[in-house]
Amino acid sequence: MAKSDEKVILTTLWSAGCGSHGGCGAEIYVKDGKVVRVEGDRNHPHNYGRLCPKGLAISQYMYHPDRVTHPLKRVGERGEGKWERITWDEAFDTIEAKLKDIRNKHGAESVIFCQGTGRDIGGPITFLMYAYGSPNWVQVGLAGHACYTPRLGAMFATQGSYSVVDASQFLEKRYDDPEWVVPKYIILWAQNPIPGCHDGFFGHWIIDCMRRGSKLIVIDPRSTWFSCRADVHLQLRPGTDGAIALGMLNVIINEGLYDKEFVEKWTYGFDELKERVQEYPPDKVSEITWVPAELIIQAARLYATNKPSSIQWGEPVDAMPAGSVVAQAINHLWAITGNIDNPGGNVIATRSHGVTTYPFSTAELTELYGEELVKNLNEKRIGANDYPMIKNFRGWVQPDVLIEQMETGKPYPVKAAWIQTSNIIGGQAADPKRHYEAMKKLDFIVVVDLFQNPTSMALADIFLPATTICEKESFRSWWQPLCVSQKAVDEVDECKSDWDINLELAKRLTTNPIKYNNARELFEERLKTGNTSFDKLASKGGWEYPPAGPFRPYNRHERGLLRGDGQPGFDTPTGKVEFYSKRYEEWGLDPLPYYEEPAESPVSTPDVYREYPLILTTGRRSPVFFHAEHRMIPWLRELDPDPEFEIHPDTARDLNVSNGEWVYIESKRGRVKFKAKVTATAHPKVITAPHGWWLPETDGRAPNFFSTWDHNINVLTSMGNQSKSGFGGTNYRASLCRITKIKD
Amino acid sequence: MPRNGLFIEYEYCTGCHSCEVACKQEHNFSDGMVGIRVDEVVTVGPDKVHIDFIPFTTRFCDLCAVKTEGGEQPACVKHCQAMCMAYGPISELTKAMEAKPRSIILAPR
Ligand code: SF4
Ligand code: SF4
Repeated sequence: MAKSDEKVILTTLWSAGCGSHGGCGAEIYVKDGKVVRVEGDRNHPHNYGRLCPKGLAISQYMYHPDRVTHPLKRVGERGEGKWERITWDEAFDTIEAKLKDIRNKHGAESVIFCQGTGRDIGGPITFLMYAYGSPNWVQVGLAGHACYTPRLGAMFATQGSYSVVDASQFLEKRYDDPEWVVPKYIILWAQNPIPGCHDGFFGHWIIDCMRRGSKLIVIDPRSTWFSCRADVHLQLRPGTDGAIALGMLNVIINEGLYDKEFVEKWTYGFDELKERVQEYPPDKVSEITWVPAELIIQAARLYATNKPSSIQWGEPVDAMPAGSVVAQAINHLWAITGNIDNPGGNVIATRSHGVTTYPFSTAELTELYGEELVKNLNEKRIGANDYPMIKNFRGWVQPDVLIEQMETGKPYPVKAAWIQTSNIIGGQAADPKRHYEAMKKLDFIVVVDLFQNPTSMALADIFLPATTICEKESFRSWWQPLCVSQKAVDEVDECKSDWDINLELAKRLTTNPIKYNNARELFEERLKTGNTSFDKLASKGGWEYPPAGPFRPYNRHERGLLRGDGQPGFDTPTGKVEFYSKRYEEWGLDPLPYYEEPAESPVSTPDVYREYPLILTTGRRSPVFFHAEHRMIPWLRELDPDPEFEIHPDTARDLNVSNGEWVYIESKRGRVKFKAKVTATAHPKVITAPHGWWLPETDGRAPNFFSTWDHNINVLTSMGNQSKSGFGGTNYRASLCRITKIKD
Repeated sequence: MPRNGLFIEYEYCTGCHSCEVACKQEHNFSDGMVGIRVDEVVTVGPDKVHIDFIPFTTRFCDLCAVKTEGGEQPACVKHCQAMCMAYGPISELTKAMEAKPRSIILAPR
């Protein structure tokens, strides 16, 4: 409740501030033009008043003394940390002149447009990039593009649409809607949903389902809060998830536990899949994965014989050696059991009202920018001509190929980078030093962000200050309901919203006239395709579910709502869910799933294993940070003050490492300093470390860059391991390491 | 006036830390000061390792006097992501507790 001198603005979070994948409804309390509190909106069906620590700390983030609040230009050498305040006019003029000059001399493709994680940035960055004429939209550093895109690509190929756990999120009345059915089992596959809202899925929906009766099967190398509440925990060797999926398919097929009617009517390639999975009997899978065969069999039986059941999967699936192949095998599990677009299964997720904020598919790009542009994109888009799957699915650059191209200048040189809210070096980049070396040679780099970070300090020539979600308007259709973010207060100091920055520059750089006078006009045009408007959504509290039709569940394949031609079936070449993928075949990939061993593992590199006898898995999430953000926020940092890795008590005892001790984690590629958390939740042969650690309280100048080289776990990972699809294959989740004591 | 307290069904507490940050925001507490802390308790059973989180109010918890006087829920209760907290007269909370294993009532004041 607002105090008498406060006003409350209802908004949707999904941008800098909480930073996360978002969707939460929030009440922004404003007094004298400043945000005094951010609370959850209890009427919002996404979160019903709940809010995570990052959302609750937004005011500390907004008014942090270190926030950059006016444009800067670099005056010393890169890395010296010498900046001078400039006006927006000077910043825009400089960028316009530089980027036009580069386009004239080297072509628009020589400028890359880099974003970090999936939040509202995908909209404005693509808008600016296509206006400028570059095809090179990229999540630089994300080796094997290991974040959701491989899973999306596998689903696109297999079933022509995307699926998520049905936690009733597509129904306005949520858990009270009579159409919804509680999933009997939820498989939590390579994800601990507690710390956040991965891929736009509010993690605690799993707890909501558990309270309503859902049981759990957990597939995770660690013991987690969920695994101890699960009926079955498959504590597998990191990187072997593909073998588990194939082993479960083997059991389900050979024991005849699959949904025969669904398979008969709606799938293609069952016999081929049946033959393929004979290579993966439970005993063999047990040997590969370290999981007892009985448990694999039990998990397969429980999942297949309790319909509806659902699978929630995490980012590690994307990083698996065969990349989108592991995702394909998991997709087959929900398809073969008929758990697709059924209540309580893996419901098909569509953008709300058909509105696009952030283009999730080639079809959306075509809708927004036309066929001609999308065709042209493919000619010079980096990696598109090396990897048919990259070419034919979405509009991204293949990030590993990009770095190689920067190094060689072939087939054309990369000259400049527009880096918008992405801490490449301090965050996602596998082998960040190689990224630093490659990127620092670029002629011109603009960073748009809210705080200085290792990337901006190391690389930026111009720094543009962006706003948090409370200081701007935005809109969201990932997935549902359709939401708007309202501007609660004026921009802090001279900060500008990403949409405003990009629209202004797009107007200066475009080769075709831009008709929008402001960002709101662009929003309205896109919202109009969903037959709604910004004000209408705002007046309803900021959100609205789509009307009946293709954007509402369930069983859309039966009702002819998935395909362009209006026929029943799925939007794939055969109109069926394809166990044998025609698209993979067309793209020169194995049409059927298979298992591939991690490139560095006890099995594939026994020599390395003798010297580095522990398996390292990175990317453990913290509930109080989002990736490489938030380390400077006192309320949050207090709860997770140090980079900490988890190690089993027996292993720690053998190594003479005590709880809380700082040690080196070393691999063939380098070493970093982490603090030991000795816990029985760790597997004795596996250590688990969080990513994105840098210390904003330390020197940001070269060579320290906020201590990133000391604490960034990605110093131990490497790039260039992508699979044949261009996706996956990197070692974020499975590599070899050892622990050494710090002597000095 | 009946005494009020917090009921926490810690079986569902996920250790998400929302209660702690909600409390800090509500009171604008500085570093180290907070009305509630969440501890991780790891135990090793015969067949699996268990993780529980146990929230515990500190001497700084005022049961959100400002919020509750205005008829609202305390900040921690409102934002608890597992929805495992409740606020009310202790006599009523004990009734809820009868039906819920692995729960606690805290009476910080
Ligand atoms: S009731 Fe209020 S003061 Fe007490 S712990 Fe919860 S948020 Fe803090
Ligand atoms: S907010 Fe709720 S679930 Fe989260 S730590 Fe506190 S009591 Fe536990």
